[in-house]
Amino acid sequence: MISQTVLVTGLLLMLIGVWGMLTQRNILRIIIGFALMGTGSHIVIVAVGYVAGGTAPIVDGPVTVANAAARAVDPIPSALAVTAIVIGLAVIAVMLAYAIRLYEAKKTLSIDAFADSKW
Amino acid sequence: MPRAAVIPLLVALGIVFGSVVIDHSESAALPPLAEAYVEMVPRELGAPNVITGILLTYRAFDTLGEVAVLFMVAAGIGLLLGGRPKTDGPDETQPAAAVPPSEIVRNGADILVPLIALFAAYIVVHGHLGPGGGFQGGAVAASCILLLVLAKPEYRVKFAQLSAMESLAGLLIVLLGVAGIVFAGGFLDNRVLPVGEFGALFSAGAIPVLSVFLGAKVGCELSVIIGRFRA
Repeated sequence: MISQTVLVTGLLLMLIGVWGMLTQRNILRIIIGFALMGTGSHIVIVAVGYVAGGTAPIVDGPVTVANAAARAVDPIPSALAVTAIVIGLAVIAVMLAYAIRLYEAKKTLSIDAFADSKW
Repeated sequence: MPRAAVIPLLVALGIVFGSVVIDHSESAALPPLAEAYVEMVPRELGAPNVITGILLTYRAFDTLGEVAVLFMVAAGIGLLLGGRPKTDGPDETQPAAAVPPSEIVRNGADILVPLIALFAAYIVVHGHLGPGGGFQGGAVAASCILLLVLAKPEYRVKFAQLSAMESLAGLLIVLLGVAGIVFAGGFLDNRVLPVGEFGALFSAGAIPVLSVFLGAKVGCELSVIIGRFRA
């Protein structure tokens, strides 16, 4: 049940992100849509790794070396989510840098002003 | 793309996502690979935090590549934003001068910056014991720089020092990895240093050392990125 709730939350965030990227005309809002989609996908990755009744895969307190395999959630999606967060941050940083350059070129952040590269 | 096409596309995507949710069933036990990781990280590597063990030993080469991606982004943003001519002085196309940060923000930054730096150091060195590690601690350290940039308009990010420290940290990570080939099982194997007592601060072999280098590298790279956006 917990993982379903988290999964639905993540997928909804992804949908909102896609909607934002397709309908907004301001470049910053498009980037926010992209960030929302990325965050949603991180939540989905973590939700997929949930094991019923599991806890964080850290040996501490009630989780001992002997019973860790029975108590812990899947650590691999969590490790991959760390990777995905870092790469997502990198991509968004580059997008924002391009947004600054585009603003300098046309003094506007509206995507409609940048139609001249169309063939 | 025409506006009318957006709604069918979103509905289609929603149907795909909905079928994913309906077919999803919570797993009752770990898959075999995950079980092996959860068993092996505390026993073989001596690290209580399984995720850090995976990130900094079993998949450490992947982590190294990820740091390389961050480095390329820092370099790329330097290329995009670094060499621009300075637009000093009033210019009709520039927005009005920003309101200076208030007294509370300036003094709050003075108090918070050392505390945030301390917290970042804590997260980095306890990465193998609890939640945290090099990436997380480095991001917290960079948030220190972000606070300084926001609170003190006269603050300038020192690109030369940050780049030197970042290169040094990257070199040390690779050297530690090569030491793993020579003295232990393979590239970036953590058992070049003694595994030590389970759960102690100085344990889990090279993982805390790697974590510190990684934290320094990520913190410097993110600080350079933040500084470029400021300049």
